[in-house]
Amino acid sequence: MPEAAPSLPLSADRAGAPLLPARIGGLVFETAGMRLLGPLDLDLGPGTVTVLMGPNGAGKSLLLRLLHGLVPPTSGTILWGGAPPTEPVRRRQAMVFQSPVLLRRSVAGNIAFALSLRPGSRVAHARRLDALLDMADLTPLAHMPARRLSGGEQQRLALARALALDPEVLLLDEPTASLDPAATLAIERIVRQAHDRGTKIVFVTHDIGQAGRLADEVVFLHRGRITEHTPADAFFDRPASREARDYLAGRIVL
Amino acid sequence: MQDFAEAFRLAARLVLSGDPTLMEIIALSLRVSLSALAIAVLVGLPAGAFLAIARFAGRNALLVVLNALMGLPPVVLGLLVYLALSRAGPLGALGLLYTPTAMIIAQSLLITPIIAALSRQVIEDLDREYGEQFRSLCLSPYRRIAVLVREGRLALTTVALAGFGRAIAEVGAVIIVGGNIAHVTRVMTTAIALETAKGELALALALGLVLMTIALLVNGAVMAIRLGTGDERHA
Repeated sequence: MPEAAPSLPLSADRAGAPLLPARIGGLVFETAGMRLLGPLDLDLGPGTVTVLMGPNGAGKSLLLRLLHGLVPPTSGTILWGGAPPTEPVRRRQAMVFQSPVLLRRSVAGNIAFALSLRPGSRVAHARRLDALLDMADLTPLAHMPARRLSGGEQQRLALARALALDPEVLLLDEPTASLDPAATLAIERIVRQAHDRGTKIVFVTHDIGQAGRLADEVVFLHRGRITEHTPADAFFDRPASREARDYLAGRIVL
Repeated sequence: MQDFAEAFRLAARLVLSGDPTLMEIIALSLRVSLSALAIAVLVGLPAGAFLAIARFAGRNALLVVLNALMGLPPVVLGLLVYLALSRAGPLGALGLLYTPTAMIIAQSLLITPIIAALSRQVIEDLDREYGEQFRSLCLSPYRRIAVLVREGRLALTTVALAGFGRAIAEVGAVIIVGGNIAHVTRVMTTAIALETAKGELALALALGLVLMTIALLVNGAVMAIRLGTGDERHA
């Protein structure tokens, strides 16, 4: 176990059947007669960091939203442990968006708000709040207005808030897209800690270096289709699809 | 020009000496308009929040009507309330015409649409910003509205003050339903209208100065709130 794990007690017993594996079958998303995604099939297993990669417009963020149930598919199924991503499933997941949407409260207030959405005593929540602030390196900023933070601090806070929900699955939509390398590494460190505690990670990025640092497996998307879904080592050593080969070689993939 | 300067001097003296008639008029004005504001916020804010969140058939038509009501002329509203409260009217039996209560009713009706329409806009804009995050967090509709109102508290304070400004400054409605009766229903705006008509410029000017001062204080308070919370960018 990593050293951070004991300092972050879980807020509640995890109830219900496990969410994983997730099975996605025949998934299609269309809007205004345009097919933006699919048809695609995908299985997500427990315990791994799955990185969704691909050029802009490939449908990565859309797929993440579909997985979280924020948008309904045009056709096909998404089943988390046999259940579609309606509220009971969504409550066991958390999502971090590309640009953090923080409440106009203090840093601690933002995390406390997320904690208040989960059962637990006041004392337990206070303890978790401290642990989360510490994990995100935000303790000295706890009383700052959240919207006064720098971009990197805001995203760390968004991540801490998501982890306050004690999710079984953490979905991240290019959380470091507008951050500098140091801020990016801080985010990756927290994500890895969450993974070490057993949280399933689904991470969207178009950053090849980041995918290499984080991924156990890579799902490569191109024009709304999955061109390959392979373990990270295999993906970076010998990508099977031409699109992924071009992308990794730095050629523009259209 | 001599008269004009003299009127200003008299006005200043009236204000500074705490003239009882003047104070009585100011007190009634504040009582009527603040009561109307309280009622309008109690009704208009939840209504605005509901309209911001809810989606139903006819919503757009309702929003058009609501926005149009923001521009309702006070005299027209005063006339309608007058008809309702006059002895032959549906609420005539209550005997409310020419009382401060009638004035509160008229001003409440006047500014409730303003509070509702502006809060709807504030809350809907915020909801657009937070929408996906809130759905991700699985907030109940009630919790969502509560959070949005709290998030928009500064902008909503400004909305309330806009409503108050409208109420304290209007003359058309209160003069019709209140009747501008001395010591009973005479407020600042109706007094100004009367005193000007009588040529008593000093009292009119004194009241005008007080009204302007209130406007300044109200706007100063808004600014202080924003600066105090360091959130001026979002109000």
